[in-house]
Amino acid sequence: MFDFLSNYNDPTFLGAFWMTVKLTVFSAIGSLIWGTLLAAMRVSPVPLMRGFGAVYVNIVRNIPLTVIIVFSSLGLADIFRVTMGAGGDVKLQAFRLAILGFVAYTAAFVCEALRSGINTVPVGQAEAARAIGLSFSQVLGLIVLPQAFRAVIGPLANVLIALTKNTTVAAAIGVAEAAYLMKGMIEKDAQTLLIGAIFAFGFVVLTLPTGLILGWLSKRLAVKR
Amino acid sequence: MSSVLYDAPGPRAKRRNVILTVVFVVLLALLSWWLWRALDSKNQLEWKLWKPFFTSEAWTTYLLPGLANTLKAMAFSIVIALPLGALFGIARLSDHRWVRIPAGAVVEFFRAIPVLLLMLFANEIIARSMDVTTEQRQLYAVVTGLVLYNASVLAEVVRAGILALPKGQTEAAQAIGLRKGQTMGSILLPQAVTVMLPAIVSQLVVIVKDTALGGVMIGFTELLNGRQTLAAFYANPIPSFIVVAIIYIVLNFLITSFASWLEQRLRKGKKSTGAVLGPETVQGTAATGAGGGTM
Repeated sequence: MFDFLSNYNDPTFLGAFWMTVKLTVFSAIGSLIWGTLLAAMRVSPVPLMRGFGAVYVNIVRNIPLTVIIVFSSLGLADIFRVTMGAGGDVKLQAFRLAILGFVAYTAAFVCEALRSGINTVPVGQAEAARAIGLSFSQVLGLIVLPQAFRAVIGPLANVLIALTKNTTVAAAIGVAEAAYLMKGMIEKDAQTLLIGAIFAFGFVVLTLPTGLILGWLSKRLAVKR
Repeated sequence: MSSVLYDAPGPRAKRRNVILTVVFVVLLALLSWWLWRALDSKNQLEWKLWKPFFTSEAWTTYLLPGLANTLKAMAFSIVIALPLGALFGIARLSDHRWVRIPAGAVVEFFRAIPVLLLMLFANEIIARSMDVTTEQRQLYAVVTGLVLYNASVLAEVVRAGILALPKGQTEAAQAIGLRKGQTMGSILLPQAVTVMLPAIVSQLVVIVKDTALGGVMIGFTELLNGRQTLAAFYANPIPSFIVVAIIYIVLNFLITSFASWLEQRLRKGKKSTGAVLGPETVQGTAATGAGGGTM
């Protein structure tokens, strides 16, 4: 019944889901870094940086991810010859460009999550901390950030789950991940329902534990106010 | 101004801020200069590539029909997903386990699956079992994918809206002798939908963004797909991407502004119970959507 799974070797079923996982992990790391930088800009005392952060987030959030991903392939690769150091390896290039697109997009959501975390800390706490003579770095490191991070685990988990599902968009530029394989399989094979069910199950397996674990963690670590 | 992170600046902080501003301006200028140079060296700034957007032909032939299809898919999706979402949201709050648990399972299942997979699947099923034209099939597939995902998100929204209502509402309804169905239908649901209206409207942004999946993956002729044909005709990939991105940004900005206007209006209104849940309520699940409901 499942023998059709082994009829596809480029990519294989497990290979395709492994690609999905790789896209998710690399994009998550990249968007965490870029998103943190953006969040730092958005809460900085310099108005120009705040402005840049706000403009970036609001523009990127309103463009479909699909547009960004297709642009990174057609625009960046074909016109600007951005190859991401892939050296002529078209598959590697598509993979890296896709990650670039996911990072640019997801960072906007990471930024907003982090910023809202900082906003959950009451201003009075920082005032009290300054009143007892703590320096800026102490206020930040001891009072604000620990509470902010605990507050954003839940929202960041949602961003991560959305990112996992969003990596399917990479199929649009030929990255051989789960959606790409499913499109190929479903067109050639008659067992549409079974194929659909298997791929759906694959994503449930990827996203459900993430949500449960991080949801449990965020409840456990939440600062009760 | 005061923030958790910094105080009103003194002389040293002011000087530091000025230096930071200057450094940042220089960085931005370098970045823009590099972008301009890159565009220029690939001849993407030539007037003939941009000129089509100032003629009516590019709009009437490629962009407007695409935008119309995008909006059509959005309208169908929300109109079908909203009642379906309300139904499942209510079912999840049912007193009966045999209603509550399956409804919860369905909602969680469709929220866990990328919209793209749902679209591909629907497209194939429709191609095999229904006798419709290609164009109709693509629209049906896009709408099916969007409805399944967004109905499950809206189910959570409606559920949150009902739970946000003061308990006294239910108690008062019971006290005047309304049955469970009546309480839900004429007291709780109308209020919940009103309370959640801003969140529901902002979900439209997610739907608009996700229609673009149908364009690249199953050939639905929406805006992004229209861009492709346009760029093939005028040979202007970069300008066409920029123009299409601007259309999406403006459209989604209008939707977001409408949602926050609605939220303010509802907050001011005296008729409600005072509970208003804004767009941020669904952000985690929804605003992040693309294939995820591409946020």
